[in-house]
Amino acid sequence: MTSHVIQSHAAHAAGHGHDHEHHDSGGSTVFGFWLYLMTDCILFASVFATYAVLFMNTAGGVSGKDIFELDFVLVETFALLLSSITYGFAMIAAHKGNKGGTIRWLLATFLLGAVFISMEVYEFHHLIAAGHGPSSSAFLSAFFALVGMHGLHVAAGMLWMIVMILEVNRRGLAPRTMTRLTCLSLFWHFLDIVWICVFTIVYLMGAL
Amino acid sequence: MSQHPKAGHAAHADEGKHGSVQSYIVGFILAVILTVIPFWMVMDSNVSRKATLIAISLFAIVQIVVHLKYFLHLDFSTEGKPNTFSFLFTALVIVMLVGLSVWIIFSANALMM
Repeated sequence: MTSHVIQSHAAHAAGHGHDHEHHDSGGSTVFGFWLYLMTDCILFASVFATYAVLFMNTAGGVSGKDIFELDFVLVETFALLLSSITYGFAMIAAHKGNKGGTIRWLLATFLLGAVFISMEVYEFHHLIAAGHGPSSSAFLSAFFALVGMHGLHVAAGMLWMIVMILEVNRRGLAPRTMTRLTCLSLFWHFLDIVWICVFTIVYLMGAL
Repeated sequence: MSQHPKAGHAAHADEGKHGSVQSYIVGFILAVILTVIPFWMVMDSNVSRKATLIAISLFAIVQIVVHLKYFLHLDFSTEGKPNTFSFLFTALVIVMLVGLSVWIIFSANALMM
């Protein structure tokens, strides 16, 4: 893989030899990362299918209608949506070569992600403390698995974002860093799309 | 993106690919509208249950398309095609995976009653 990238990079630099060649060497990396995201989509789809099959089996306990607070979920949704646009602005700043701006927008995105994760942890803690933990019923198992898996992805994205902030700060916006920022941008926007499915299928349909 | 029609070089398509401030804001406003309406429908409207169910599903699908276009910059340009087609193939797999699972299990459930 690495040798392939280097080869194509070298071939391209020899062929054109202008300052845009990094887009091409990064292109296959970004496409590969996109294919990984597609497999991640299928992973999420499997867990959604599991949730759809199990959500009615509440074992005499609470159902979605009893435990979901939609105004709370709406705030979570806005935190994630805002973080999508702030990441977009970070990418625009990065493409302009604006290092300080990139770091500031990445920090804003990180903070919005932190708001989202804190709210989710609070919700989970609240449910478990009230005796509605994942072991209470098939519905709650599926709920915690699905929403928790999305939350873990967001947490992983935040960890990656810290690494990128440090990398941009130390090395600036070199071509390789740009490729990594682009991959994280795909990951972050992808998680927002998964969240649309989560709030529609789990929360809205559950509270209906 | 249309200002870079079929650029022969990937670098040019990349310039279009990262979007502009304006396109992010358009996407954001559309996403806000497409989020607020379904929440409002479920939280306090008198629309029937079935109509709400259909409406919120449609809003979700439209919002996914908005995100794909304005945030992930999927398109049918020469450079964007592999991403778009791999997404469409994945969407097909997902529809079969989720749709058929739900169909099978709900039929089994109905037959066992």
